[in-house]
Amino acid sequence: MRNPFGRRSVTDLSPPAKLGAFVVLLFWAFVVLFPIYWLLVTSFKTPYQVDKGPFYVPFVDFQPTLDAWRYILVELGNDTLRPYLNTVIVGLSSSVIALLMGAAAAYALVRFTYRPRVGVIGLAIGSVAFAFIATALGAPFFLAAGSGVAIFAILAQAIGRRFTRAMGNSDIAFWLISQRILPPIAVAVPLYVLYQQIGLLDNIVALIVTYVAANLPIVVWLMRDYFASLPRELEESAAVDGASVYRIVRSIVLPISAPGLVATFLIVLVFAWNEFLIALVLTSANAQTMPLQVAAQNATRGPQWWAMSVLILIMITPVVAMAVALERFITRGILVGALKG
Amino acid sequence: MLLILVLSIFPLVASVALSLSRLAFHQGGVDLKLIGFANYQQLLFGLERSHFLGVLRTPNLIGWAIVIATAALTAAAWIRSARSGRVRPMGLILRLIGGLLLLGSVWILVQALASDGGRPGALIVTLIFVFAGILFQYTLGLGLAMLLVQQIPWRRFFRIVFLVPLTITPVGVGYMFLMMTDTSKGPLEPIWVALGLRNFTWVTDPWLARLAVIIGDTWQWTPFVFIVLLAALESLDQEVREAALVDGAGRWQAFRHITLPAILPVTTTIVLIRLIEGFKIIDMPNILLGGGPGTATQSMTLQAYIDWNTLNLGRSAAIAYLLLILVSVVATVYVGFVRRRVTELA
Repeated sequence: MRNPFGRRSVTDLSPPAKLGAFVVLLFWAFVVLFPIYWLLVTSFKTPYQVDKGPFYVPFVDFQPTLDAWRYILVELGNDTLRPYLNTVIVGLSSSVIALLMGAAAAYALVRFTYRPRVGVIGLAIGSVAFAFIATALGAPFFLAAGSGVAIFAILAQAIGRRFTRAMGNSDIAFWLISQRILPPIAVAVPLYVLYQQIGLLDNIVALIVTYVAANLPIVVWLMRDYFASLPRELEESAAVDGASVYRIVRSIVLPISAPGLVATFLIVLVFAWNEFLIALVLTSANAQTMPLQVAAQNATRGPQWWAMSVLILIMITPVVAMAVALERFITRGILVGALKG
Repeated sequence: MLLILVLSIFPLVASVALSLSRLAFHQGGVDLKLIGFANYQQLLFGLERSHFLGVLRTPNLIGWAIVIATAALTAAAWIRSARSGRVRPMGLILRLIGGLLLLGSVWILVQALASDGGRPGALIVTLIFVFAGILFQYTLGLGLAMLLVQQIPWRRFFRIVFLVPLTITPVGVGYMFLMMTDTSKGPLEPIWVALGLRNFTWVTDPWLARLAVIIGDTWQWTPFVFIVLLAALESLDQEVREAALVDGAGRWQAFRHITLPAILPVTTTIVLIRLIEGFKIIDMPNILLGGGPGTATQSMTLQAYIDWNTLNLGRSAAIAYLLLILVSVVATVYVGFVRRRVTELA
């Protein structure tokens, strides 16, 4: 059998360095896994056992019980299943949509130059503000919105072209990321009012839309860097050979940026999966998601550690499974092959 | 785009209005009463100042040394740019204002942290969480990613396991750490007992409490840095590095001159995202310590949340707005100075 710590190539680490690295990684794996292990054992404990101090190994220093699992999965039954399905639907659909839209935007920001005119943007914002103020002052919504659009169209034609000052791609990107700066606590109440007006409260559509908007900037920023690091020559030679932009993206850009796409997807999936405050404000019964269930275990009787552990464990299982399935795409080789071929 | 515009501008406008008003209760309902800038005035100069900015006292010796050093460095940098003749007068004025702002913030920081009897408030505590957190998360994340692009036994296992903390909902991580840090029922109890700290709680010492929050935050967010950097490292073209190593370059040299420049752009993005997200830290200090001891671990978002819960919506929105201004300034300066320079290099 080959020595697992042996050198495989010139660039590989020397055996002692490899052993050292392995020990470091093992240590960090312990740091990461120990709390998870603690959740696991806690989920098999009775309240009494949790309260009586630390017990580490089931069957050795305490008698495990399935009470907490039975409580969450059987007694609560549909009250666990519904938020669970909501979380899966909201998490998956919002992150897929955000990834598609965001990656497209990021590719465009990297490969094409945009020069939005400051004057036109100012006008657009001014018109929106006008519509807002008009509505607030009591004008009917459609009238206000209509006149806002009209003002924008007329002024854009008339004076918009005079303002030649333009912004670049990096300004667009910065504008996007700036959407995330306002803390959710400040966004929550206005969003509540907004969705109340259009009748989408306690509806998973509202959550999906909000999470797409919230995660889009992250996708754009991360994918922008991954796309920018790809060699341009490959795309240029394909373009010379007559491939369309869509074909280049589909058969060259997407395959070689798979590591970045997978990493970004996992990140936005996790963000949407775990979001708490917006979900708390926008949902009440039907559209509740799992983070709310976890928080709800800190009831008047104090934190229900055992039930909370079960919930966290069943919540992370699908995401970890997803990571297991997708991890192999975070690997090199595809790019090198493409360049040599 | 229109969707984002609506979802972003509407809350922005609505919370300005909210931050300028106070919720007034009367028979049969509530009213929003416009009170101008009173909420902001209260936070920055009035009653809530010690809570928000901190207790500010005259700096001690180290404090003065820091202030004088910063002043000297800023002045030197300004004079140098004035002498170089490449900066226009408007630019010089802007730089002067920037320098004075920098000096002002250092002055406040020093008054709260390096003085006798001073105490940091929510704003400064947030800054501590953000910068300490980013420092640890980035160093750990980069180190782990560098190790895991090597051919190491159990590579796949490590890669997946290291992602796990990220997959737990932040509220859940908070409660998990509450379990872990419990000195009488938590799993580390034997260690506490051995150290004679059985009756010790994190809650009594402000700096230990902050340390606990930073540890929890680092545990949770290191995977984020790790996975982004791992993907970036994996998509690098390895041939240049191989060639350099074959030609006798040291590993450090190869890292410094080949790998590091290639991952700098994505590094600045990670730092920017963590900066923006880090300023919103709330779950860990809230669940772990309830913002205590006293208000020692209250971040700005937590303070806003507490005000929100007590229906002081105006002040809550005012804090959120101050946070928005602070993060915007930090992020703009960061993008303007660091990121632009880095992307030009690459």
